[in-house]
Amino acid sequence: MANTFAYAESRAGSLRTVAFEAVSAARRAADASGGGEVHAMLLGAPGIAARAEELGRYGADVVIVVEHAGLERYNPEVAAATAAERIRSGGYRAAFFAASAEGRDLAPRVAAALDTSLASDVTSFELDGDAVLAQHSVFAGKAQVRVRLTGSPALVSLRPGAMAPVEAARSARVETAAPAIDPASARVVVTAMLDRGSAKLDLGEAPVIVSGGRGLRAAENFKLIEDLADAFGNAAVGATRAVTDDGWRPATDQIGQTGRVVSPTLYVAVGISGAVQHLAGMRSAGTIVAINKDKDAPIFKIADYGIVGDLFEIVPRLTEEVRKAKGG
Amino acid sequence: MKIAVCIKRVPDTDLRFSIARDGQSLDQTGLKYDISDFDGYAVEVALRLVEQQKAGEVVVVSLGPDAVQETLRKAFSMGAERGIHLRADTVPFDGMVIARALAAELREGGYDLILFGRMSTDSANGTVGPMVAGLLNLPCVSGISHLDIADGRGTARRELEGVAEEVTFPLPAVLTIDEGIARARLPSLKGIMAAKKKAIDTKPAQLGEAKLTVEKMELPAERAAGRIIGEGADAVPELVRLLQTEAKVL
Ligand SMILES: Cc1cc2nc3c(=O)[nH]c(=O)nc-3n(C[C@H](O)[C@H](O)[C@H](O)COP(=O)(O)OP(=O)(O)OC[C@H]3O[C@@H](n4cnc5c(N)ncnc54)[C@H](O)[C@@H]3O)c2cc1C
Ligand SMILES: Nc1ncnc2c1ncn2[C@@H]1O[C@H](COP(=O)(O)O)[C@@H](O)[C@H]1O
Repeated sequence: MANTFAYAESRAGSLRTVAFEAVSAARRAADASGGGEVHAMLLGAPGIAARAEELGRYGADVVIVVEHAGLERYNPEVAAATAAERIRSGGYRAAFFAASAEGRDLAPRVAAALDTSLASDVTSFELDGDAVLAQHSVFAGKAQVRVRLTGSPALVSLRPGAMAPVEAARSARVETAAPAIDPASARVVVTAMLDRGSAKLDLGEAPVIVSGGRGLRAAENFKLIEDLADAFGNAAVGATRAVTDDGWRPATDQIGQTGRVVSPTLYVAVGISGAVQHLAGMRSAGTIVAINKDKDAPIFKIADYGIVGDLFEIVPRLTEEVRKAKGG
Repeated sequence: MKIAVCIKRVPDTDLRFSIARDGQSLDQTGLKYDISDFDGYAVEVALRLVEQQKAGEVVVVSLGPDAVQETLRKAFSMGAERGIHLRADTVPFDGMVIARALAAELREGGYDLILFGRMSTDSANGTVGPMVAGLLNLPCVSGISHLDIADGRGTARRELEGVAEEVTFPLPAVLTIDEGIARARLPSLKGIMAAKKKAIDTKPAQLGEAKLTVEKMELPAERAAGRIIGEGADAVPELVRLLQTEAKVL
């Protein structure tokens, strides 16, 4: 019976969905290995301890809270040293992180500190004795591998949205810990934060994504895409590289091999041809809808539902019908 | 300014893939190889810095079989000065194994900056850069989309989901390069000629034990063939009906 570790990501005092995903994965791993405890680590500014309870809902037995005024934002050096120290002393068999922007930065640093291997951006996993077997997609999503991870502890980062968190309520004990190094001693210093529209739903967390491609023809026509996203109510707006390169949308909206990799429940591709680099970012979506005037566009090969025709006629109608269906 | 750029040789993902008989790797027939996308951007970033500062050297490092020398020469033809080939029969999948070998080579190199791609386009781990930084205990900024260097300090921007951070850091440092910073220049004819004469230092890669190995490789399950519901705006009500009753996502 071994305990497992989960790193719970927070931002601006709130837990991110990926925190629940990491805790939930750790719960599953602990249960599969005979019912050990799940220890979740939560770093943040003073007050973050109030969030510990929410982690209990997804199966954390212990929440290790590290509060410090210097931890309002993700501090890579402090987070890595603090997580590594705890994983080393806690004797965990496995440790779970999110493969989010923060987790992708953090998990490899922890692996280096512990001199152990990391299975990265994992879409599903199971335990096999002392090893972890994990699925990971390679070659821009054109192939997938099953990897065997035999390191101890086994470090795993989870693709956001790939494994939905499952409730496994318990009341978590809170432990407090100090940062392993003084946050003021970090060599990389954040001097400014630029808001990229964080008030809106993040692409990684949105259940629905409406994406536009070069078929939109101009930046101002993205109004059509935004209106459709609004009609869904729970949607974020994405784009292809053709669009972000032309500056019609910010680079952070780009979906694909060199942009964000997403797996929403519903993905609506509008005026997008379906280049392999774009598909790499969205092919694991639950349901894919494509609207394109070219019936031979490759996007139709992976779309569950397609409509051939002019997006400028189809999208406004779709917006209207979705609004109706949503009862608004 | 002495800059090392770690570059990986990867297959072109635009081509059709099939799985080799061993069930663990790609069938090599018809594959074309080139420098990994982000690594090309990293070479470009390094070249621009040296051009701006009018002093320095760009050294490219690649771990893998002899064929990676082609990739090093590609970087030479863009303008890199020197190459280091860490020889290994195959490129391990385990990022820690690659990172240990690269760190051992880079440790005593006296580099002001060590650049990586944010992730390689073949194994798509995105772990080697921060791992090397950890092993060398160097400051590290991952996934940068903007960079300035002045007076021994760097300023960079990194995109986190929904927000971007501006950070400063001392040199030497490790950076991993994201989309949007610079497109790789095309080799010039003069560059291609010069590349032939540039030196590659070949040595065995110091690979440790791999604790992450590929057991099986497969093509993703094809999505069940979709259907075209119809043409034009008239098909919209049917689409909405299917989203509600069949896909149950609305
Ligand atoms: C190294 C590398 C990395 C890349 N990474 C990415 C990435 O991360 N993400 C990404 O998206 N791309 C990426 N790309 C680019 C990719 O190869 C494609 O060029 C890009 O995805 C095309 O974008 P698009 O579909 O918007 O444009 P296009 O391919 O030009 O397609 C536009 C589509 O709109 C349709 N259309 C036009 N007008 C209408 C209309 N009125 N009504 C309906 N349909 C219409 C057309 O039929 C066409 O299919 C990368 C490329 C490279 C080389
Ligand atoms: N075999 C290799 N040789 C040189 N550099 C590499 C190698 N593998 C990975 N890298 C570097 O590490 C980055 C991230 O790779 P990865 O962690 O495999 O996604 C790449 O973009 C390269 O800069």
